[in-house]
Amino acid sequence: MTELQTNQSADVETVQDTVWVQEIAFIDSVPRSIAMTFVFVMFIGTWQLVTSFGLVSPIILPTPLETLNDMIFVGKNLLTGGYMLTSLWITIKEVIYGFALAIAIGFSLGVLVGETAFGEKAVMPYLVAIDTMPKVAFAPLFVAWLGFGIESKVALAAFIATFPIVVGTAAGLHAADENARMLFKTMGATRMQTLIKMKLPTGLPQIFTGVKIGAVGVMAGAITGEFLGGGKGFGELIRVAASQLNTPRVFSLILYLSLVGLALYLIVQWTQRKVVFWHKERVGAGDY
Amino acid sequence: MNAEVATDYSGAPVGAPVYELTNVSKTYARNLVVALEKVDLTLKKGSFTSVIGSSGCGKSTLLKVMAGLIPPTQGRVVLQGKPVTGPRRDIGMMFQQATLFPWKTAVENIVLPIEIRDGKAAARKAMDKAHELLDIVGLKGFENVYPNELSGGMAQRASICRMLITEPAVLLLDEPFSALDELSRDMMNMELQRICMEQNATAFLVTHSIQEAVILSDDIVVMKPRPGRIAEIVKVDLPRPRTLDMMTTPKFGEIVDHIRGMLDKGEDM
Ligand SMILES: Nc1ncnc2c1ncn2[C@@H]1O[C@H](COP(=O)(O)OP(=O)(O)OP(=O)(O)O)[C@@H](O)[C@H]1O
Ligand SMILES: [Mg+2]
Repeated sequence: MTELQTNQSADVETVQDTVWVQEIAFIDSVPRSIAMTFVFVMFIGTWQLVTSFGLVSPIILPTPLETLNDMIFVGKNLLTGGYMLTSLWITIKEVIYGFALAIAIGFSLGVLVGETAFGEKAVMPYLVAIDTMPKVAFAPLFVAWLGFGIESKVALAAFIATFPIVVGTAAGLHAADENARMLFKTMGATRMQTLIKMKLPTGLPQIFTGVKIGAVGVMAGAITGEFLGGGKGFGELIRVAASQLNTPRVFSLILYLSLVGLALYLIVQWTQRKVVFWHKERVGAGDY
Repeated sequence: MNAEVATDYSGAPVGAPVYELTNVSKTYARNLVVALEKVDLTLKKGSFTSVIGSSGCGKSTLLKVMAGLIPPTQGRVVLQGKPVTGPRRDIGMMFQQATLFPWKTAVENIVLPIEIRDGKAAARKAMDKAHELLDIVGLKGFENVYPNELSGGMAQRASICRMLITEPAVLLLDEPFSALDELSRDMMNMELQRICMEQNATAFLVTHSIQEAVILSDDIVVMKPRPGRIAEIVKVDLPRPRTLDMMTTPKFGEIVDHIRGMLDKGEDM
């Protein structure tokens, strides 16, 4: 210890600090804001070029400006409480009900499959079988059973979103390691206690992953249901605009719809951050 | 350290048998591995026993059978006069990993066994005791910290507290400090000795380190593999309390050499 210190003080003038040359590839060094703007400008620019040189017909692809104009028109209608707001509200209701239903059913089935041997043996194989079917094909059935109202759309949305939640919950319940299980055993915990106090909290990150995938599916389900089963939702507006070859309208309606999807996703993400506060989720490289 | 904690939880006199294993064998049905064969072992009240042996010789299996986590294929395990037929309240266990739950603070993790056993209200009442225990292991001020802000050694200390909160009569420890560096490991071992002496607990420690076994134990059970069985029980008659500088004494060296010799022989078989 002392020797080290004397050594250091003796050499103090001659010692040079090591300078680290950290090589960061250019593509990794671009700040987020610039990177995002760059991609946005490239995208819009390409779009503008392709359309203004008449490479594709305006019926197939409107110019960015036309789309923006239509977005302003639709935005005004929404803000002034026009018929589009009524439609949007219908779709939002379908999404919320469908999502709530999917979470309730998906979670229950997930616990059944993940926690009980019966569920794993008797329920899981059928779930897998149904999951491999193209679920939108069930839309006509839901319409036949539940009619042209929002019920058939809620059903399809829930139907699509349930499966990832089941899988996420079941996987989450298997996430606890051997040590945690043994620890609960030695503490004399009942099965219920082990489930509620250990397996479920341990599995929350996976459960939320399932819920997020479900949130994406529920939007797809609601809109598909409206395409195939009529009604007065946003999907119907898109269908009508498309049949009138009003492509700018289709584009702007889709963009507004994506805002709804984004909002739903962000709500789930925010809830996850609050509930699973101990789990830092990261996607992709960088931002350390 | 203070006299009031130095009482015997179970009330049994020091030196009386606490654990009695008779003719215990365990064959895993899955792969027909004979993990334990005809193990006879008696642990005395307040004694410290270590088990040492090559990897896979059945140490963890022995511990699990004693803890009532898995049934023996044959034989009898009796703890404080009652046969062990499942997990028991008078057993405290600690594993290689600290296994603190990240959604609970240090102190909430420590009262978890009480919460499971007697409910939330009892757990709240046990908070004071948990604070005391954290103080004993040098974690004062970390009561309300979440485990991912604790170092490995701190987490292990917290998990000692969790084991002690139910005042178990015996402590079963499966390589509890093997994930720690040597310095903190020595420190934790001395801590463990102090706690055991203070609380007059009976301890049973699985370890890979001969030094650790000798410095802590009254008896060292040397096991041999395939089938897992007891080769010899070595008595360590170094005075108590043990200190780390005893490791340099000739007597310590003799015992270590003796055990190493036995383990080497074991490898040839
Ligand atoms: N759950 C199990 N199922 C089947 N075989 C097992 C099981 N657990 C352990 N074994 C076998 O029993 C034997 C003893 O295992 P055990 O875990 O008791 O060894 P150990 O002495 O604790 O080893 P280590 O020092 O590596 O922890 C090994 O041969 C192992 O393969
Ligand atoms: Mg082991």
